[in-house]
Amino acid sequence: MQRKFHSVQPDTFAFSAENYAWAERQLTKYPDGRQASAIIPLLWRAQKQEGWLTRPACEHVADMLGLPHIRAYEVATFYFMFQLQPIGSVAHVQVCGTTCCMICGAEDLVEACRQKIARQPHQLSECGRFSWEEVECLGACANAPMVQIGSDYYEDLSVADLSEILDQFAEGGCPVPGSRRGRYSSEPAGGLTSLSRDGEKPRLAPAVALAVQSASRRREV
Amino acid sequence: MPDQYKVVVDGNEASVPGELTLIQVCELAGVEIPRFCYHERLSIAGNCRMCLVEVVGAPKPVASCAMQVRDLRPGRDGSPPQILTSSPVVRKARHGVMEFLLVNHPLDCPICDQGGECDLQDQAMAYGIDFSRYVEPKRAVNDLDLGPLVETHMTRCISCTRCVRFTTEVAGITQMGQIGRGEDVEITSYLNSSLDSNLQGNIIDLCPVGALTSKPYAFVARPWELTKTETIDVMDALGSNIRVDSRGRQVMRILPRNHDGINQEWISDKTRFVWDGLKCQRLDRPYVRNQGVLEPCDWDTALKAAAGVLASGRRVSALAGDLVPVEATFALRKLIELVDGKCECRVDGAALDTNSRAGYAGTARIEDIDSARRIILVGTNPRNEVPVLNARIRLAWLDGARVENFGDVTDLTYPAQQLGNDVDSLRAFCEIALQDSVEGMLVIVGQAALRHDGGNEILALSLALARQGAGLLILHAAAGRVGALDVGFSCVGGIDEALADAEVIYSLGVDEMDIPEGPFVIYQGSHGDRGAHRADIILPAAAYTEESAIFVNTEGRPQLAQRASFPPGQAKENWAIIRALSAAIGQPLFFDTQAELRSKLFEEVPYLEDIDMVPANPLQSPRQYTGGNAPIISSAGDFYLTNPISRASAVMAEMSALSNGRHQQIPEAP
Repeated sequence: MQRKFHSVQPDTFAFSAENYAWAERQLTKYPDGRQASAIIPLLWRAQKQEGWLTRPACEHVADMLGLPHIRAYEVATFYFMFQLQPIGSVAHVQVCGTTCCMICGAEDLVEACRQKIARQPHQLSECGRFSWEEVECLGACANAPMVQIGSDYYEDLSVADLSEILDQFAEGGCPVPGSRRGRYSSEPAGGLTSLSRDGEKPRLAPAVALAVQSASRRREV
Repeated sequence: MPDQYKVVVDGNEASVPGELTLIQVCELAGVEIPRFCYHERLSIAGNCRMCLVEVVGAPKPVASCAMQVRDLRPGRDGSPPQILTSSPVVRKARHGVMEFLLVNHPLDCPICDQGGECDLQDQAMAYGIDFSRYVEPKRAVNDLDLGPLVETHMTRCISCTRCVRFTTEVAGITQMGQIGRGEDVEITSYLNSSLDSNLQGNIIDLCPVGALTSKPYAFVARPWELTKTETIDVMDALGSNIRVDSRGRQVMRILPRNHDGINQEWISDKTRFVWDGLKCQRLDRPYVRNQGVLEPCDWDTALKAAAGVLASGRRVSALAGDLVPVEATFALRKLIELVDGKCECRVDGAALDTNSRAGYAGTARIEDIDSARRIILVGTNPRNEVPVLNARIRLAWLDGARVENFGDVTDLTYPAQQLGNDVDSLRAFCEIALQDSVEGMLVIVGQAALRHDGGNEILALSLALARQGAGLLILHAAAGRVGALDVGFSCVGGIDEALADAEVIYSLGVDEMDIPEGPFVIYQGSHGDRGAHRADIILPAAAYTEESAIFVNTEGRPQLAQRASFPPGQAKENWAIIRALSAAIGQPLFFDTQAELRSKLFEEVPYLEDIDMVPANPLQSPRQYTGGNAPIISSAGDFYLTNPISRASAVMAEMSALSNGRHQQIPEAP
């Protein structure tokens, strides 16, 4: 797949005050004259701010680092985590398609994305709120199949689960991440076979708990 | 020596410096290693994998271009490391690499301009296998538009990145890069911009396959039907070593030759692409002006007319232009002495000092740029005047040299600290430098500085620095200028004295100045340009690819140019015309052949006989100027249109228009 800048681009880019301060701090991590090394963190931050990596953002980062624009373009086109086209404003679904997930049904998830979001990966849904892509291994093989949305992992998915998650997002909700089979983490799907004393484990894995907490806090606000 | 290492290459032991790479060691040992991405004048990429060799004891083949000798481990018994270059492992590795390279390479050799001089073709023959196992569809890549000089066929690209490294490191432009990854990797220019460099033609030579080829030369000839002539370029005063490829009478293309002391292995775009100017606007027969109109005639008529004018007792001045060879100026000087006239070659009025050779050829060699720690540019824009030299200054800068500038030049592809833009600032700088130290300093003085007011002062100040030990390079714009001054083709008062009350002007290829109304003009030259339009008699002469001649470059190095093809029509060699004219006057000059002319020339100017040697130029006692202040000007005019040959070239005209347009389009800051 040839990766190039999207045909429609905003005119300008500027880091927010907070992100700019963060970026300046990154530059101090490197010895003098080696500031170019900060290119990936800065591009990543720019993508986080905008949702996707725009051409002005890419050029702005290159200028900050004293690099020719083509050098930033080379980096941006090399790494698949840089989104060179707009992504769904609510959710960008990254379906893991590598071996374990594929065996456990990732292809069905992809098909579900095709039906519910858009025919092609990296294409916006009609409402512009969703997009999807297939990605390489996300490291949650024991909980296959899984998708990543934003920073959250949704694991042990069936097609119905994914549909439900997408519906919840569409209604403005924030589905609870983590295993859909109630697993704490990557323990055996049929339950623990050793070290199985009850009552000692928290109900939710820390990352999931964090997501739930922040969601409830958002709701209170 | 402490840093010498013993290595065994294919059974032959050698002792080599530790910083050499294995590919260099094998080269020294006389073993050729196939390669695509490796180039000795560029940084090491190590991405083509063609140069794999076996190092005994290493678990897998080693990329010899990226491995240094000092990183090799000795054998278990302490014996020197062994490199094998034709073992079964290496052969298999090469087969594999070659098979992968050819997977996506189109089989279009019959319609490819690189055919016959293609590294991939040659190495596939030598190191590849004779069949393909690949049945899947091949990839295709969209072509780029890099401008009127470089044609692209990106499907043929093997991603060696030589072009990216050359443009970034040597040419100093940052437009080319490699985007994408894996199978989708593409060489591209940023957002498909055309290249803004006057060295871009070199990527055609660097490209090991047919991905980057010459647009003007596209589908014109095959390398094996061309006659190759090794000669010297005259587009700038660098004297780049070139190879002129001709078919029959026509020059088909121009390529660089390697000369470490001059052009390394680069040439500028003007040098490379000017050849279409050699067939247009040519003067192929003599003309005599009759009632205001130039009418073609035969040689007899023209020579008789010219001789009549020269021998009529009127005051004669001879001027020599930018592209004239040494033999012609020497012979013309002898001819003008017969009629008691004056000679002058500094037609742009540059304040070159003819009292000592250092005053017009400087004391430094081009090579000295490499070792200079401090380079002072005075009134010159080397990027525009001599791009290849500019690339060399850029390399010195990359190597840590400081570049400082007097004048109004802006973008040189490297930062130059601005020290001032008038003679006063230069004078102040010299006073401090003379008391302080000039160690490692190289002063490069351009013609623009010497051409304007204050030129005498600038030259005197530069010579003062040179006397203190700094290197001085006087950067000429005209290939014939140093040679003409070497044979004494000048008068004390310069161009003003030569033009003052001249009644007849013998113009030997003078196209860069307007000869004032009044005098009768005899023009001898190759192209119907400004000089020929003003002429009353035109004597058609050979261009630089059409006669054997000596040219002295800007550092004072005499070099021999060879004839690649014959002059068109009735045009003759420059020296022969002057000899014939002397006979028409009735006072034949002392030579009948070029060899006789040269032996007399070498008698008078002995150092011209030492072809390719730079004589040491002694400095004479200082000439003091106490002239006032004047601005130092660096501008050099349009790079692409500096001489009649380039003005006759359609390619140069297109490049000039493109370049002007590009630099006008730069938006004003709001």
